[in-house]
Amino acid sequence: MSAAETPTSAAEPLVLGIETSCDETGIGIVRGSTLLANVIASSMEEHARFGGVVPEIAARAHLEALGPAMTAALAEAGVGLHEIDAVAVTSGPGLAGALMVGVGAAKALAVALDRPLYAVNHLVGHVGADVLRDDGTAIELPTVALLVSGGHTSLLLVRDLVSDVELLGETIDDAAGEAFDKVARLLGLPYPGGPQIDRAAVGGDPRSIRFPRGLSQPKDLERHRYDFSFSGLKTSVARWVEQKRDAGETVPLADVAASFRESVADVLVAKAVAACLDLGVPRLLLGGGVVANARVRELAAERCSAAGIELRIPPLALCTDNGAMIAALGAQLIMAGHAPSGLGFSADSTLPVTSIQA
Amino acid sequence: MLLSIDTSAGTSVAVVDSERGVLCERSSADTRGHAEIIGTFIAECVAESGVPIAALSGIVAGMGPGPFTGLRVGIAAAQAFALGADAPLVRVVSHDAIAFAHYSAGATGPLLVVTDARRREVYWSAYRGADDAGIPERAEPAGLVRPDDLASAVAGYDSYERLDAAEVSAAALGLLAEAMFAAGRAFAGVAPLYLRAPDAVASAGPKRVS
Ligand SMILES: [Zn+2]
Repeated sequence: MSAAETPTSAAEPLVLGIETSCDETGIGIVRGSTLLANVIASSMEEHARFGGVVPEIAARAHLEALGPAMTAALAEAGVGLHEIDAVAVTSGPGLAGALMVGVGAAKALAVALDRPLYAVNHLVGHVGADVLRDDGTAIELPTVALLVSGGHTSLLLVRDLVSDVELLGETIDDAAGEAFDKVARLLGLPYPGGPQIDRAAVGGDPRSIRFPRGLSQPKDLERHRYDFSFSGLKTSVARWVEQKRDAGETVPLADVAASFRESVADVLVAKAVAACLDLGVPRLLLGGGVVANARVRELAAERCSAAGIELRIPPLALCTDNGAMIAALGAQLIMAGHAPSGLGFSADSTLPVTSIQA
Repeated sequence: MLLSIDTSAGTSVAVVDSERGVLCERSSADTRGHAEIIGTFIAECVAESGVPIAALSGIVAGMGPGPFTGLRVGIAAAQAFALGADAPLVRVVSHDAIAFAHYSAGATGPLLVVTDARRREVYWSAYRGADDAGIPERAEPAGLVRPDDLASAVAGYDSYERLDAAEVSAAALGLLAEAMFAAGRAFAGVAPLYLRAPDAVASAGPKRVS
Protein backbone atom coordinates (compact mmCIF):
# COMPACT_ATOMS: atom_id res chain seq x y z
CA MET A 1 0.00 0.00 0.00
CA SER A 2 1.46 3.33 -1.00
CA ALA A 3 1.30 6.40 1.20
CA ALA A 4 -1.23 7.92 -1.16
CA GLU A 5 -3.79 5.28 -0.17
CA THR A 6 -3.24 5.37 3.58
CA PRO A 7 -5.00 7.92 5.74
CA THR A 8 -2.40 10.04 7.44
CA SER A 9 -2.93 9.60 11.15
CA ALA A 10 -0.51 12.24 12.34
CA ALA A 11 -1.91 14.14 15.30
CA GLU A 12 -0.75 17.38 13.74
CA PRO A 13 -0.44 16.74 10.00
CA LEU A 14 1.57 19.16 7.87
CA VAL A 15 -0.78 20.01 5.01
CA LEU A 16 -0.26 22.13 1.90
CA GLY A 17 -3.48 23.64 0.54
CA ILE A 18 -4.10 24.87 -3.00
CA GLU A 19 -6.93 27.30 -3.80
CA THR A 20 -7.72 28.48 -7.35
CA SER A 21 -11.51 28.78 -7.44
CA CYS A 22 -11.72 32.45 -8.43
CA ASP A 23 -9.13 35.19 -8.97
CA GLU A 24 -6.80 34.48 -6.02
CA THR A 25 -4.07 31.88 -6.29
CA GLY A 26 -3.68 30.72 -2.71
CA ILE A 27 -1.09 28.39 -1.24
CA GLY A 28 -1.31 27.76 2.47
CA ILE A 29 0.58 25.49 4.83
CA VAL A 30 -0.72 24.43 8.22
CA ARG A 31 0.39 22.03 10.92
CA GLY A 32 -2.80 20.70 12.44
CA SER A 33 -4.63 23.87 13.45
CA THR A 34 -1.56 26.09 13.32
CA LEU A 35 -1.01 28.46 10.42
CA LEU A 36 2.51 28.32 8.99
CA ALA A 37 2.11 30.12 5.66
CA ASN A 38 -0.58 31.90 3.69
CA VAL A 39 0.59 33.16 0.30
CA ILE A 40 -1.97 34.81 -1.97
CA ALA A 41 -1.35 36.04 -5.52
CA SER A 42 -4.29 37.96 -6.93
CA SER A 43 -5.09 38.70 -10.57
CA MET A 44 -7.54 41.39 -9.45
CA GLU A 45 -5.74 44.22 -11.25
CA GLU A 46 -5.94 42.37 -14.55
CA HIS A 47 -9.72 42.28 -14.23
CA ALA A 48 -10.09 45.97 -13.38
CA ARG A 49 -10.72 47.24 -16.90
CA PHE A 50 -13.42 44.62 -17.40
CA GLY A 51 -15.29 45.59 -14.24
CA GLY A 52 -15.40 42.03 -12.94
CA VAL A 53 -13.53 38.74 -12.86
CA VAL A 54 -12.88 37.39 -16.37
CA PRO A 55 -12.67 33.60 -15.93
CA GLU A 56 -10.09 33.00 -18.67
CA ILE A 57 -7.82 35.76 -17.39
CA ALA A 58 -8.08 34.33 -13.87
CA ALA A 59 -7.23 30.83 -15.08
CA ARG A 60 -4.19 32.02 -17.05
CA ALA A 61 -2.98 33.94 -14.02
CA HIS A 62 -3.31 30.85 -11.79
CA LEU A 63 -0.99 28.89 -14.06
CA GLU A 64 1.64 31.63 -13.84
CA ALA A 65 1.28 32.20 -10.11
CA LEU A 66 1.05 28.65 -8.76
CA GLY A 67 4.74 27.67 -8.89
CA PRO A 68 6.08 30.91 -7.37
CA ALA A 69 3.33 30.92 -4.71
CA MET A 70 4.20 27.37 -3.73
CA THR A 71 7.88 28.19 -3.41
CA ALA A 72 7.08 31.32 -1.40
CA ALA A 73 4.75 29.44 0.94
CA LEU A 74 7.34 26.75 1.66
CA ALA A 75 9.90 29.44 2.42
CA GLU A 76 7.44 31.30 4.67
CA ALA A 77 6.61 28.09 6.55
CA GLY A 78 10.25 27.06 6.69
CA VAL A 79 9.50 23.53 5.53
CA GLY A 80 10.56 21.43 2.57
CA LEU A 81 8.07 19.79 0.22
CA HIS A 82 9.14 16.34 1.40
CA GLU A 83 8.06 17.11 4.95
CA ILE A 84 4.46 17.66 3.76
CA ASP A 85 2.12 14.92 5.05
CA ALA A 86 -0.76 15.61 2.68
CA VAL A 87 -1.97 17.90 -0.09
CA ALA A 88 -5.41 19.55 -0.04
CA VAL A 89 -7.08 21.31 -2.96
CA THR A 90 -10.32 23.14 -3.68
CA SER A 91 -12.31 21.01 -6.10
CA GLY A 92 -15.36 23.32 -6.11
CA PRO A 93 -17.49 25.34 -6.20
CA GLY A 94 -15.94 28.06 -8.35
CA LEU A 95 -14.93 28.92 -11.90
CA ALA A 96 -14.43 25.64 -13.78
CA GLY A 97 -11.33 26.58 -15.76
CA ALA A 98 -9.71 28.15 -12.70
CA LEU A 99 -10.47 25.15 -10.46
CA MET A 100 -8.93 22.79 -13.02
CA VAL A 101 -5.53 24.47 -12.74
CA GLY A 102 -5.38 23.80 -9.02
CA VAL A 103 -6.78 20.29 -9.34
CA GLY A 104 -4.28 19.31 -12.06
CA ALA A 105 -1.39 20.72 -10.04
CA ALA A 106 -2.53 19.13 -6.76
CA LYS A 107 -2.90 15.67 -8.27
CA ALA A 108 0.54 15.79 -9.87
CA LEU A 109 2.11 17.12 -6.67
CA ALA A 110 0.50 14.37 -4.58
CA VAL A 111 1.82 11.67 -6.94
CA ALA A 112 5.29 13.22 -7.09
CA LEU A 113 5.46 13.35 -3.28
CA ASP A 114 3.59 10.04 -2.84
CA ARG A 115 1.29 11.72 -0.33
CA PRO A 116 -2.49 11.53 0.17
CA LEU A 117 -4.66 14.11 -1.54
CA TYR A 118 -7.79 15.68 -0.05
CA ALA A 119 -10.22 17.45 -2.41
CA VAL A 120 -12.27 19.90 -0.36
CA ASN A 121 -15.21 22.26 -0.65
CA HIS A 122 -14.30 25.93 -1.01
CA LEU A 123 -17.24 27.20 1.05
CA VAL A 124 -16.61 24.82 3.92
CA GLY A 125 -12.97 25.91 3.66
CA HIS A 126 -14.08 29.46 4.54
CA VAL A 127 -15.56 28.06 7.75
CA GLY A 128 -12.45 25.95 8.37
CA ALA A 129 -10.31 29.09 8.32
CA ASP A 130 -11.58 29.87 11.80
CA VAL A 131 -9.58 27.03 13.37
CA LEU A 132 -6.41 28.93 12.44
CA ARG A 133 -7.12 31.96 14.65
CA ASP A 134 -4.10 32.63 16.77
CA ASP A 135 -6.13 33.46 19.89
CA GLY A 136 -6.46 29.72 20.27
CA THR A 137 -10.18 29.65 21.00
CA ALA A 138 -11.68 26.70 19.19
CA ILE A 139 -14.70 27.21 17.00
CA GLU A 140 -17.84 26.07 18.83
CA LEU A 141 -20.39 24.07 16.89
CA PRO A 142 -23.05 24.15 15.66
CA THR A 143 -22.67 27.58 14.09
CA VAL A 144 -24.37 29.53 11.35
CA ALA A 145 -21.88 30.78 8.74
CA LEU A 146 -22.41 33.71 6.39
CA LEU A 147 -19.96 33.53 3.47
CA VAL A 148 -19.98 36.54 1.22
CA SER A 149 -17.64 37.40 -1.66
CA GLY A 150 -17.65 38.39 -5.31
CA GLY A 151 -18.28 34.77 -6.20
CA HIS A 152 -20.70 33.53 -3.56
CA THR A 153 -23.28 34.59 -0.97
CA SER A 154 -24.23 31.61 1.16
CA LEU A 155 -25.72 30.97 4.54
CA LEU A 156 -24.73 27.64 6.08
CA LEU A 157 -25.53 25.67 9.17
CA VAL A 158 -22.38 23.89 10.28
CA ARG A 159 -22.97 21.13 12.80
CA ASP A 160 -19.63 19.45 12.17
CA LEU A 161 -16.82 20.88 10.06
CA VAL A 162 -15.89 17.57 8.46
CA SER A 163 -19.20 15.73 8.32
CA ASP A 164 -22.31 17.86 8.63
CA VAL A 165 -22.83 21.10 6.74
CA GLU A 166 -26.21 22.24 5.48
CA LEU A 167 -27.00 24.98 2.97
CA LEU A 168 -29.67 27.24 4.45
CA GLY A 169 -29.76 29.69 1.58
CA GLU A 170 -27.76 31.43 -1.11
CA THR A 171 -28.06 34.19 -3.68
CA ILE A 172 -30.53 33.52 -6.45
CA ASP A 173 -28.79 36.01 -8.79
CA ASP A 174 -25.70 38.15 -8.14
CA ALA A 175 -23.23 37.57 -5.34
CA ALA A 176 -23.07 40.48 -2.87
CA GLY A 177 -19.53 41.31 -3.96
CA GLU A 178 -20.71 41.49 -7.54
CA ALA A 179 -23.41 43.94 -6.52
CA PHE A 180 -20.72 46.19 -4.99
CA ASP A 181 -18.73 45.98 -8.25
CA LYS A 182 -21.73 46.78 -10.45
CA VAL A 183 -22.96 49.68 -8.32
CA ALA A 184 -19.43 51.09 -8.10
CA ARG A 185 -19.31 50.99 -11.87
CA LEU A 186 -22.56 52.85 -12.35
CA LEU A 187 -21.34 55.47 -9.88
CA GLY A 188 -18.20 55.84 -11.98
CA LEU A 189 -15.96 54.21 -9.37
CA PRO A 190 -13.22 51.70 -10.25
CA TYR A 191 -13.09 47.94 -9.63
CA PRO A 192 -13.17 46.27 -7.15
CA GLY A 193 -16.27 48.02 -5.86
CA GLY A 194 -16.25 47.06 -2.17
CA PRO A 195 -13.48 49.34 -0.93
CA GLN A 196 -14.54 52.08 -3.37
CA ILE A 197 -18.12 52.11 -2.07
CA ASP A 198 -16.75 52.11 1.48
CA ARG A 199 -14.64 55.16 0.71
CA ALA A 200 -17.43 56.95 -1.14
CA ALA A 201 -19.89 56.28 1.71
CA VAL A 202 -17.84 58.25 4.25
CA GLY A 203 -20.03 61.07 5.56
CA GLY A 204 -23.07 59.77 3.65
CA ASP A 205 -26.44 59.21 5.31
CA PRO A 206 -27.36 55.52 5.07
CA ARG A 207 -31.02 56.38 5.73
CA SER A 208 -31.32 59.08 3.07
CA ILE A 209 -32.46 56.71 0.32
CA ARG A 210 -34.50 53.63 1.10
CA PHE A 211 -33.22 51.09 -1.43
CA PRO A 212 -35.06 47.73 -1.49
CA ARG A 213 -34.04 44.81 0.71
CA GLY A 214 -34.02 41.77 -1.59
CA LEU A 215 -36.25 38.80 -0.70
CA SER A 216 -37.33 40.39 2.57
CA GLN A 217 -41.07 40.85 1.95
CA PRO A 218 -43.36 38.40 3.76
CA LYS A 219 -44.34 36.63 0.52
CA ASP A 220 -40.66 36.23 -0.48
CA LEU A 221 -39.70 35.07 2.98
CA GLU A 222 -42.06 32.10 2.66
CA ARG A 223 -40.00 30.56 -0.12
CA HIS A 224 -36.68 32.32 0.30
CA ARG A 225 -36.29 32.84 4.01
CA TYR A 226 -32.49 32.49 3.89
CA ASP A 227 -31.89 33.26 0.21
CA PHE A 228 -30.48 36.51 -1.13
CA SER A 229 -31.07 38.62 -4.21
CA PHE A 230 -29.04 41.69 -5.19
CA SER A 231 -29.94 42.17 -8.81
CA GLY A 232 -33.08 44.21 -8.06
CA LEU A 233 -31.15 46.41 -5.66
CA LYS A 234 -28.55 47.16 -8.31
CA THR A 235 -31.28 48.11 -10.81
CA SER A 236 -32.97 50.26 -8.24
CA VAL A 237 -29.75 52.18 -7.53
CA ALA A 238 -29.20 52.61 -11.27
CA ARG A 239 -32.72 53.95 -11.78
CA TRP A 240 -32.39 56.37 -8.87
CA VAL A 241 -29.09 57.72 -10.18
CA GLU A 242 -30.44 58.03 -13.74
CA GLN A 243 -33.44 60.02 -12.56
CA LYS A 244 -31.19 62.47 -10.73
CA ARG A 245 -28.93 62.85 -13.72
CA ASP A 246 -31.85 63.22 -16.15
CA ALA A 247 -33.25 65.98 -13.94
CA GLY A 248 -29.90 67.70 -14.14
CA GLU A 249 -29.31 67.27 -10.41
CA THR A 250 -26.02 66.31 -8.80
CA VAL A 251 -25.92 62.72 -7.60
CA PRO A 252 -25.19 62.75 -3.85
CA LEU A 253 -22.46 60.11 -4.13
CA ALA A 254 -21.87 59.64 -0.39
CA ASP A 255 -25.58 59.21 0.33
CA VAL A 256 -26.12 56.77 -2.55
CA ALA A 257 -23.07 54.72 -1.57
CA ALA A 258 -23.99 54.68 2.12
CA SER A 259 -27.64 53.81 1.42
CA PHE A 260 -26.75 51.05 -1.03
CA ARG A 261 -24.19 49.59 1.37
CA GLU A 262 -26.73 49.76 4.18
CA SER A 263 -29.21 47.78 2.13
CA VAL A 264 -26.67 45.02 1.41
CA ALA A 265 -25.41 44.89 5.00
CA ASP A 266 -28.94 44.98 6.40
CA VAL A 267 -30.16 42.03 4.32
CA LEU A 268 -27.04 39.96 4.92
CA VAL A 269 -27.06 40.46 8.67
CA ALA A 270 -30.85 40.27 9.07
CA LYS A 271 -31.03 36.88 7.38
CA ALA A 272 -28.00 35.51 9.21
CA VAL A 273 -29.33 36.64 12.60
CA ALA A 274 -32.79 35.27 11.75
CA ALA A 275 -31.21 31.90 10.98
CA CYS A 276 -29.39 31.89 14.32
CA LEU A 277 -32.60 32.70 16.19
CA ASP A 278 -34.84 30.34 14.19
CA LEU A 279 -32.44 27.44 14.64
CA GLY A 280 -31.51 28.23 18.21
CA VAL A 281 -27.84 28.47 17.29
CA PRO A 282 -26.33 31.44 19.14
CA ARG A 283 -23.18 31.60 17.02
CA LEU A 284 -22.45 33.34 13.71
CA LEU A 285 -19.25 33.07 11.70
CA LEU A 286 -18.44 35.48 8.87
CA GLY A 287 -16.23 34.62 5.91
CA GLY A 288 -15.43 35.77 2.38
CA GLY A 289 -13.97 39.00 1.03
CA VAL A 290 -17.03 41.14 1.77
CA VAL A 291 -16.12 40.79 5.46
CA ALA A 292 -13.54 43.46 4.64
CA ASN A 293 -16.50 45.85 4.44
CA ALA A 294 -16.52 47.83 7.67
CA ARG A 295 -20.28 48.39 7.71
CA VAL A 296 -21.07 44.70 7.29
CA ARG A 297 -18.83 43.88 10.25
CA GLU A 298 -20.19 46.73 12.34
CA LEU A 299 -23.84 45.88 11.74
CA ALA A 300 -23.19 42.19 12.40
CA ALA A 301 -21.49 43.08 15.70
CA GLU A 302 -24.33 45.38 16.73
CA ARG A 303 -27.16 42.99 16.01
CA CYS A 304 -25.40 39.85 17.23
CA SER A 305 -24.66 41.51 20.52
CA ALA A 306 -28.30 42.66 20.83
CA ALA A 307 -29.55 39.14 20.10
CA GLY A 308 -27.04 37.38 22.34
CA ILE A 309 -25.25 35.77 19.42
CA GLU A 310 -21.51 35.16 19.55
CA LEU A 311 -19.92 36.62 16.42
CA ARG A 312 -16.70 35.20 15.02
CA ILE A 313 -14.73 36.87 12.26
CA PRO A 314 -11.41 35.28 11.24
CA PRO A 315 -8.56 37.69 10.40
CA LEU A 316 -9.09 39.28 6.98
CA ALA A 317 -6.24 37.40 5.28
CA LEU A 318 -8.09 34.21 6.19
CA CYS A 319 -11.50 35.58 5.10
CA THR A 320 -10.64 36.32 1.48
CA ASP A 321 -9.98 33.27 -0.69
CA ASN A 322 -6.78 31.59 0.45
CA GLY A 323 -4.97 28.27 0.50
CA ALA A 324 -4.53 28.18 4.27
CA MET A 325 -8.25 27.59 4.82
CA ILE A 326 -8.10 24.70 2.34
CA ALA A 327 -5.08 23.23 4.11
CA ALA A 328 -6.86 23.72 7.47
CA LEU A 329 -9.95 21.85 6.30
CA GLY A 330 -7.73 19.11 4.87
CA ALA A 331 -5.97 18.82 8.23
CA GLN A 332 -9.32 18.63 10.04
CA LEU A 333 -10.40 15.78 7.74
CA ILE A 334 -7.14 13.94 8.38
CA MET A 335 -7.33 14.42 12.15
CA ALA A 336 -10.91 13.07 12.03
CA GLY A 337 -9.59 9.96 10.29
CA HIS A 338 -11.14 10.56 6.88
CA ALA A 339 -9.65 8.65 3.95
CA PRO A 340 -8.03 10.64 1.13
CA SER A 341 -10.01 11.58 -1.98
CA GLY A 342 -7.88 9.54 -4.35
CA LEU A 343 -6.94 10.88 -7.79
CA GLY A 344 -10.18 10.40 -9.73
CA PHE A 345 -12.24 13.40 -8.62
CA SER A 346 -13.03 16.23 -10.99
CA ALA A 347 -13.27 19.98 -10.65
CA ASP A 348 -16.93 20.68 -9.89
CA SER A 349 -17.99 24.30 -10.40
CA THR A 350 -21.30 23.67 -8.60
CA LEU A 351 -20.10 21.36 -5.81
CA PRO A 352 -22.81 21.46 -3.09
CA VAL A 353 -21.78 22.34 0.49
CA THR A 354 -22.98 18.93 1.63
CA SER A 355 -19.93 17.54 -0.24
CA ILE A 356 -17.32 18.69 2.25
CA GLN A 357 -14.77 16.37 0.68
CA ALA A 358 -14.84 15.04 -2.88
CA MET B 1 14.31 9.27 -18.06
CA LEU B 2 11.49 11.76 -18.45
CA LEU B 3 7.88 12.02 -17.36
CA SER B 4 6.01 13.67 -20.19
CA ILE B 5 2.54 15.27 -20.04
CA ASP B 6 0.41 16.72 -22.83
CA THR B 7 -3.17 17.95 -22.61
CA SER B 8 -3.26 20.10 -25.76
CA ALA B 9 -5.84 17.75 -27.34
CA GLY B 10 -6.85 14.79 -25.15
CA THR B 11 -4.82 13.75 -22.12
CA SER B 12 -1.56 11.87 -22.60
CA VAL B 13 1.10 10.93 -20.06
CA ALA B 14 4.24 8.87 -20.65
CA VAL B 15 7.55 7.85 -19.14
CA VAL B 16 10.30 7.62 -21.75
CA ASP B 17 13.99 6.82 -21.78
CA SER B 18 16.51 7.88 -24.41
CA GLU B 19 17.81 4.33 -24.71
CA ARG B 20 14.90 2.12 -23.76
CA GLY B 21 12.23 4.15 -25.53
CA VAL B 22 8.66 4.34 -24.24
CA LEU B 23 8.37 2.70 -20.81
CA CYS B 24 4.68 3.48 -20.32
CA GLU B 25 2.04 5.64 -21.96
CA ARG B 26 -1.56 6.43 -21.03
CA SER B 27 -3.77 8.37 -23.41
CA SER B 28 -7.37 9.44 -23.71
CA ALA B 29 -8.89 11.29 -26.65
CA ASP B 30 -11.53 12.83 -24.37
CA THR B 31 -11.28 16.58 -24.84
CA ARG B 32 -13.11 17.43 -21.59
CA GLY B 33 -11.92 15.26 -18.73
CA HIS B 34 -8.30 16.41 -18.40
CA ALA B 35 -8.43 17.40 -14.74
CA GLU B 36 -10.30 14.25 -13.84
CA ILE B 37 -7.97 11.67 -15.38
CA ILE B 38 -4.57 13.30 -15.26
CA GLY B 39 -3.70 12.18 -11.74
CA THR B 40 -4.52 8.56 -12.40
CA PHE B 41 -2.57 8.59 -15.66
CA ILE B 42 0.51 10.03 -13.95
CA ALA B 43 0.30 7.55 -11.07
CA GLU B 44 -0.13 4.62 -13.46
CA CYS B 45 2.77 5.67 -15.68
CA VAL B 46 5.05 6.12 -12.70
CA ALA B 47 4.04 2.73 -11.25
CA GLU B 48 4.13 0.75 -14.49
CA SER B 49 7.39 2.16 -15.77
CA GLY B 50 9.01 1.02 -12.53
CA VAL B 51 11.07 4.21 -12.54
CA PRO B 52 11.59 5.71 -9.07
CA ILE B 53 10.51 9.34 -9.08
CA ALA B 54 13.97 10.33 -7.87
CA ALA B 55 15.43 8.72 -11.00
CA LEU B 56 13.51 11.01 -13.38
CA SER B 57 15.93 13.42 -15.01
CA GLY B 58 13.19 15.83 -16.04
CA ILE B 59 9.52 16.57 -16.61
CA VAL B 60 8.20 17.56 -20.03
CA ALA B 61 5.19 19.84 -20.55
CA GLY B 62 3.38 20.06 -23.89
CA MET B 63 2.81 23.80 -24.37
CA GLY B 64 0.19 23.65 -27.12
CA PRO B 65 -1.17 25.06 -29.26
CA GLY B 66 -4.39 23.75 -27.81
CA PRO B 67 -7.74 24.85 -26.37
CA PHE B 68 -6.77 26.65 -23.18
CA THR B 69 -8.88 25.05 -20.47
CA GLY B 70 -7.48 21.59 -21.14
CA LEU B 71 -4.01 22.72 -22.14
CA ARG B 72 -3.45 24.41 -18.78
CA VAL B 73 -4.24 21.27 -16.78
CA GLY B 74 -1.24 19.42 -18.21
CA ILE B 75 1.10 22.37 -17.85
CA ALA B 76 0.00 22.93 -14.24
CA ALA B 77 0.47 19.24 -13.52
CA ALA B 78 3.93 19.15 -15.12
CA GLN B 79 5.01 22.24 -13.16
CA ALA B 80 3.76 20.83 -9.87
CA PHE B 81 5.24 17.40 -10.51
CA ALA B 82 8.60 18.99 -11.30
CA LEU B 83 8.47 20.89 -7.99
CA GLY B 84 7.46 17.77 -6.06
CA ALA B 85 10.04 15.57 -7.75
CA ASP B 86 12.68 18.29 -7.56
CA ALA B 87 13.39 17.67 -11.25
CA PRO B 88 13.83 20.24 -14.01
CA LEU B 89 10.81 21.15 -16.15
CA VAL B 90 11.28 21.47 -19.90
CA ARG B 91 8.65 22.74 -22.33
CA VAL B 92 8.03 21.45 -25.83
CA VAL B 93 5.57 22.65 -28.50
CA SER B 94 2.87 19.97 -28.79
CA HIS B 95 2.67 20.15 -32.60
CA ASP B 96 6.39 19.42 -32.76
CA ALA B 97 5.68 16.04 -31.13
CA ILE B 98 3.20 15.17 -33.89
CA ALA B 99 5.78 16.10 -36.54
CA PHE B 100 8.53 14.25 -34.65
CA ALA B 101 6.47 11.03 -34.60
CA HIS B 102 5.75 11.45 -38.32
CA TYR B 103 9.42 11.87 -39.28
CA SER B 104 10.55 9.17 -36.82
CA ALA B 105 8.30 6.75 -38.70
CA GLY B 106 10.35 7.37 -41.84
CA ALA B 107 8.46 10.16 -43.59
CA THR B 108 10.37 13.06 -45.11
CA GLY B 109 9.54 16.39 -46.69
CA PRO B 110 7.36 19.36 -45.78
CA LEU B 111 4.58 18.66 -43.29
CA LEU B 112 1.56 20.67 -42.23
CA VAL B 113 0.20 19.66 -38.83
CA VAL B 114 -3.43 20.66 -38.21
CA THR B 115 -5.38 20.24 -34.97
CA ASP B 116 -8.82 21.28 -33.78
CA ALA B 117 -9.00 24.63 -31.97
CA ARG B 118 -12.80 24.45 -31.43
CA ARG B 119 -15.04 27.40 -32.29
CA ARG B 120 -14.68 26.47 -35.96
CA GLU B 121 -10.97 27.17 -36.06
CA VAL B 122 -7.83 25.06 -36.41
CA TYR B 123 -4.26 25.38 -35.15
CA TRP B 124 -1.53 24.75 -37.71
CA SER B 125 2.23 24.33 -37.83
CA ALA B 126 4.35 24.03 -40.97
CA TYR B 127 7.63 22.05 -41.02
CA ARG B 128 10.30 21.88 -43.70
CA GLY B 129 11.42 18.43 -42.63
CA ALA B 130 13.53 16.82 -39.91
CA ASP B 131 17.15 17.78 -39.29
CA ASP B 132 20.10 15.42 -38.74
CA ALA B 133 19.03 14.80 -35.15
CA GLY B 134 15.51 13.89 -36.31
CA ILE B 135 14.09 17.13 -34.86
CA PRO B 136 11.37 18.80 -36.95
CA GLU B 137 12.37 22.11 -38.50
CA ARG B 138 9.59 24.63 -38.20
CA ALA B 139 8.91 26.81 -41.25
CA GLU B 140 6.68 29.34 -39.48
CA PRO B 141 5.33 30.00 -35.98
CA ALA B 142 2.15 28.10 -35.10
CA GLY B 143 -1.04 29.75 -36.34
CA LEU B 144 -4.79 29.81 -35.80
CA VAL B 145 -7.30 30.12 -38.67
CA ARG B 146 -10.70 29.05 -39.91
CA PRO B 147 -10.37 25.77 -41.82
CA ASP B 148 -11.43 27.47 -45.08
CA ASP B 149 -8.66 30.02 -44.75
CA LEU B 150 -5.89 27.51 -44.11
CA ALA B 151 -4.75 27.26 -47.75
CA SER B 152 -4.30 31.02 -48.00
CA ALA B 153 -2.72 31.35 -44.53
CA VAL B 154 0.09 28.88 -45.21
CA ALA B 155 2.61 30.03 -47.82
CA GLY B 156 3.14 27.20 -50.32
CA TYR B 157 0.22 25.24 -48.88
CA ASP B 158 0.20 22.77 -51.79
CA SER B 159 3.80 21.74 -51.20
CA TYR B 160 2.97 20.35 -47.74
CA GLU B 161 1.77 16.93 -46.77
CA ARG B 162 -1.18 17.70 -44.52
CA LEU B 163 -1.59 15.76 -41.28
CA ASP B 164 -4.80 16.32 -39.32
CA ALA B 165 -4.22 15.02 -35.80
CA ALA B 166 -6.79 14.43 -33.06
CA GLU B 167 -4.29 13.45 -30.38
CA VAL B 168 -0.82 14.37 -29.20
CA SER B 169 1.29 11.54 -27.84
CA ALA B 170 3.13 12.32 -24.61
CA ALA B 171 5.55 9.53 -25.54
CA ALA B 172 6.43 11.31 -28.80
CA LEU B 173 6.68 14.59 -26.84
CA GLY B 174 9.03 12.96 -24.33
CA LEU B 175 11.20 11.29 -26.96
CA LEU B 176 11.44 14.60 -28.80
CA ALA B 177 12.57 16.24 -25.55
CA GLU B 178 15.25 13.55 -25.17
CA ALA B 179 16.41 14.21 -28.76
CA MET B 180 16.42 17.98 -28.20
CA PHE B 181 18.40 17.57 -24.99
CA ALA B 182 20.93 15.25 -26.68
CA ALA B 183 21.34 17.71 -29.57
CA GLY B 184 21.61 20.68 -27.21
CA ARG B 185 18.56 22.46 -28.61
CA ALA B 186 16.64 25.20 -26.86
CA PHE B 187 13.29 24.19 -25.39
CA ALA B 188 10.07 26.22 -25.73
CA GLY B 189 9.40 29.33 -23.64
CA VAL B 190 7.28 29.54 -20.49
CA ALA B 191 4.20 30.99 -22.19
CA PRO B 192 1.55 28.45 -23.22
CA LEU B 193 0.62 28.67 -26.91
CA TYR B 194 -2.96 29.81 -26.43
CA LEU B 195 -2.90 31.76 -29.74
CA ARG B 196 -6.18 33.33 -28.68
CA ALA B 197 -6.91 36.28 -26.42
CA PRO B 198 -9.27 35.69 -23.47
CA ASP B 199 -12.93 36.36 -24.18
CA ALA B 200 -13.38 39.67 -22.50
CA VAL B 201 -14.48 43.08 -23.55
CA ALA B 202 -13.33 46.14 -21.67
CA SER B 203 -16.22 47.70 -19.85
CA ALA B 204 -17.86 50.45 -21.89
CA GLY B 205 -19.51 51.91 -18.80
CA PRO B 206 -22.90 51.06 -17.33
CA LYS B 207 -26.00 50.62 -19.47
CA ARG B 208 -29.18 52.55 -18.69
CA VAL B 209 -31.90 50.62 -16.93
CA SER B 210 -34.69 53.15 -17.37
ZN1 LIG C 1 -14.60 32.29 -1.42
